[in-house]
Amino acid sequence: MSNYRIQGATGEWEVIIGLEVHAQITTAAKLFSGAATAFGAEPNAQVSLIDAAMPGMLPVPNQECIRQAVRTGLAIDAQINSYSRFDRKNYFYADLPQGYQISQLYHPIVGEGHVDISLDDKNPDAEVKRIGVERIHVEQDAGKLMHDQHPTMSYVDLNRSGVALMEIVSRPDMRSPAEAGAYLRKLRSILRYVGSCDGNMEEGSMRADVNVSVRKVGDELGTRTETKNVNSVRFVMATVEHEANRQVDVLESGGKIVQETRLFDPDTGTTRSMRSKEDAHDYRYFPDPDLLPLVLEPGFIEDCRASLPELPDAKRHRYETVLGLTPYAAGVLTAEVETALWFEALADATAAAQAKTKAEVAKQASNWLLSEFFGALNKIGRTLENSPVGPEAAAELLALVGNSTISGTIAKQVLEKMLETGDGAGVIVEREGLKQTSDTGAIDAAIAGILAANADKVAQYKGGKEALFGFFVGQTMKVMQGKANPQVVNELLKKALG
Amino acid sequence: MAQLTDLSVAAIRDGVASGEFTAVAVAEAFNAQVAEAQAALNAFIVTTPEHALAAAAAVDAERAAGKVLGKLAGVPIGMKDLFATKGVQTTAASHILEGFIPPYESTVSQKLWDAGAGMLGKLNLDQFAMGSSNETSYFGNVISPWRRIGKDGGGSDTAPLAPGGSSGGSAAAVAAHLCPAATGTDTGGSIRQPAAFTGISGIKPTYGRCSRWGIVAFASSLDQAGPMAHDVRDCAIMLEAMAGFDPKDSTSLDLPVPNWKATLSGDLKGKKIGIPREYRMDGMDADVAHSWDQGIAWLKDAGAEVIDISLPHTKYALPAYYIIAPAEASSNLARYDGVRYGLRALPEGAGLQDMYAATRAAGFGAEVKRRILIGTYVLSAGYYDAYYTQAQKVRTLIARDFEAAFELCDVILAPTAPSAAFALGEKSDDPLAMYLNDVFSVPASLAGLPAMSVPAGLDRQGLPLGLQVIGRPFDEQGVLNAGLAIEARAGFTARPERWW
Repeated sequence: MSNYRIQGATGEWEVIIGLEVHAQITTAAKLFSGAATAFGAEPNAQVSLIDAAMPGMLPVPNQECIRQAVRTGLAIDAQINSYSRFDRKNYFYADLPQGYQISQLYHPIVGEGHVDISLDDKNPDAEVKRIGVERIHVEQDAGKLMHDQHPTMSYVDLNRSGVALMEIVSRPDMRSPAEAGAYLRKLRSILRYVGSCDGNMEEGSMRADVNVSVRKVGDELGTRTETKNVNSVRFVMATVEHEANRQVDVLESGGKIVQETRLFDPDTGTTRSMRSKEDAHDYRYFPDPDLLPLVLEPGFIEDCRASLPELPDAKRHRYETVLGLTPYAAGVLTAEVETALWFEALADATAAAQAKTKAEVAKQASNWLLSEFFGALNKIGRTLENSPVGPEAAAELLALVGNSTISGTIAKQVLEKMLETGDGAGVIVEREGLKQTSDTGAIDAAIAGILAANADKVAQYKGGKEALFGFFVGQTMKVMQGKANPQVVNELLKKALG
Repeated sequence: MAQLTDLSVAAIRDGVASGEFTAVAVAEAFNAQVAEAQAALNAFIVTTPEHALAAAAAVDAERAAGKVLGKLAGVPIGMKDLFATKGVQTTAASHILEGFIPPYESTVSQKLWDAGAGMLGKLNLDQFAMGSSNETSYFGNVISPWRRIGKDGGGSDTAPLAPGGSSGGSAAAVAAHLCPAATGTDTGGSIRQPAAFTGISGIKPTYGRCSRWGIVAFASSLDQAGPMAHDVRDCAIMLEAMAGFDPKDSTSLDLPVPNWKATLSGDLKGKKIGIPREYRMDGMDADVAHSWDQGIAWLKDAGAEVIDISLPHTKYALPAYYIIAPAEASSNLARYDGVRYGLRALPEGAGLQDMYAATRAAGFGAEVKRRILIGTYVLSAGYYDAYYTQAQKVRTLIARDFEAAFELCDVILAPTAPSAAFALGEKSDDPLAMYLNDVFSVPASLAGLPAMSVPAGLDRQGLPLGLQVIGRPFDEQGVLNAGLAIEARAGFTARPERWW
């Protein structure tokens, strides 16, 4: 997919993509005020005097926001700038009470870092591409205008005003919609592992400005456009695709690309012009005189580093090498922090329940999670977060399979009942009489009946059609209602067909 | 006994504490003075006699209950209308904030009320503290209580004089004994110059000593609150109540507040006083030059050694100041947009941009608009480096000049302003001439240093002149002590004859 090209009338075009991702920092309070940040509050219910820019109000940096930005920088292996400072970006708009946004233009808190993306989902190790991150800076969000509340007036909701954002600026290193999508997914995954952003794109906690340009392979970089505030991975990919094709069309029909800001329309999957460079604001950036430079002590940075959890790449690597999982399984299990945590809890509980090591049960846990549990949850419209069955309960089920109390087939039925009733696996097996039997008398009786009823097939088997053995096993299990121990069935059948 | 309104802060506090008179009696006396003078001097934008009385009654009740009284118990003061006062209109002398009643109290004013002070009213000032004559207030000029000696050498010239600015209301009110002390703010000289013009004392402490929280911002990196009073000791008492670390102001100094008053001493033995040669400018007013020389002699008399020093970048200070302060102001004043509070001008059919334009056109005075334009210009793409960046470099050089000088001396003595008070209207048509008023006061502001003005005498027109003492960062004590030494020797007892 690195060879993504647009086939134009004049030849092949390469697409150059850079993303500026705005990620809302997960904190209870805003960047420079004590006001709350919860999503969905009544308009203007979470506004302090500072957020409303009352006369004489002053910003005081929220240390937790700074800490989360540093942790995020460390998670993408970036340079942490022990000296940074806040600048004012001046412009007038009704959702911007101060008349300026406090941001970091000249001295961002985080410098050069990178995010590694996998270009092959089936084998995440096969093709890894490194996407450069130029910087992360911390800034205030603006409020929101509401145009549908009054026939002639617009209303202003300042709940978001002053909320802390990280702006994560990538290098123009992506070359296809898929790479852009993979980068955004990976970045989101890292942010969620770190806990610095909840990555909730529907609620606006994460959104991307998509910079796209095209060029003939080997040419200089073309003029770029910036499509603002795209709020899902799918839309980012659609933006790149549409915008790149539009630019190729413009260029091939003799036109020029104008450096401009564009908007993505989710309904049509297209972008349209918002304003060109000529109407661009002169933001008159200058250092915010209300705030001192932000100086980070080495000890603080080290504390941030020590507080980082195991990150997705490291975890995936460990799952492959220590737990012996396939790269694919490891990739799926580590993509979302919730999945990884659930899996780890399941593997731990399973190991404990079966008196084995984690590595010994990891495959069983992984297979069951990926091939049984996700499907079963999906069927009832649930996810891991709101699953009625937790890792401990699942481990009990896996232990029953592991010690041959029930078969894999019966385990499926038991899981369904668990999801339905919330009861434990042992309770259900006991109540429903699903225990696997190794009672040779009962099995022998069943076999005798089947062989008698299928004398022709017995003759064929004995005549060399050995494939019929499976038929006899199936019939036996059917009569035993699935509860016969398959190994015992095998042994007894072999003896009977002798 | 002298009139209550003639008393110093210290005397009022002591008299209330000893039971010589009640706080309510003091408040009533000053309320009466304020009411009598308001029409003539226009020192207040609003008067709050009920606030002064309520605070005084509380102090009297505390005393009756045998409680420990605050440092300013029973002292009614004037509050510059740049400090947000909860429930009391706060305008910054602007139309755009006319009628604005804050639901919060500035840190500095709260500290003063906590110390037992009461509020006589909100004092007039230059609009958004931009001005040196108090002629830019939306609520009219403040008239200085001082008058020139008549041209024939006797009688009096009735031409109304500027009290200086921007803390012109504070200066006029203290000079006319409408209050024993007042708050001021100083961005480029706004405490010191009006103090000098009206024959009172005023100190701008080290940047960060007083919290800026709740003070309407002019230029954030320069704005500092400070007291204005009749003498050095009262300034020390007031400043102790006003200063202190405030976690709500990121630029606030996290240092304990010294007991400046207790360690006041006019004995300067072993101290070195620096006289900056660059401040002795061509065409300097002869009276000002003379008063400076006299100040040098007084400090020698107090035991100090006087040395020549150089502050080589002085001539760049004023231009740098008039880039940095407007730049910050242009951004600080963007919040006055008619959206959330204050004036809103909404012409028929107006959109958002029209509303901004109409509101700000109607709400800001000419000087404020001029500075917003200058500030917007110097921050604009293509001009930023040539103006703002360059001015910041100059600022650094000026700070280094002072650092180097303070290797050699303990405090610096200079005039406060290039002349005594001028008449209203005399300079208001010439912004540059007006800006030149700040030439001696701006360097200390750019360097964030403590500086004070104390009265030194009268010029040949019978108008007060001030001397300025500039100290090392955090050394308000050194500044106050040198001020005290001058005060003791100047014997300044002149006060404006009451004509109002």
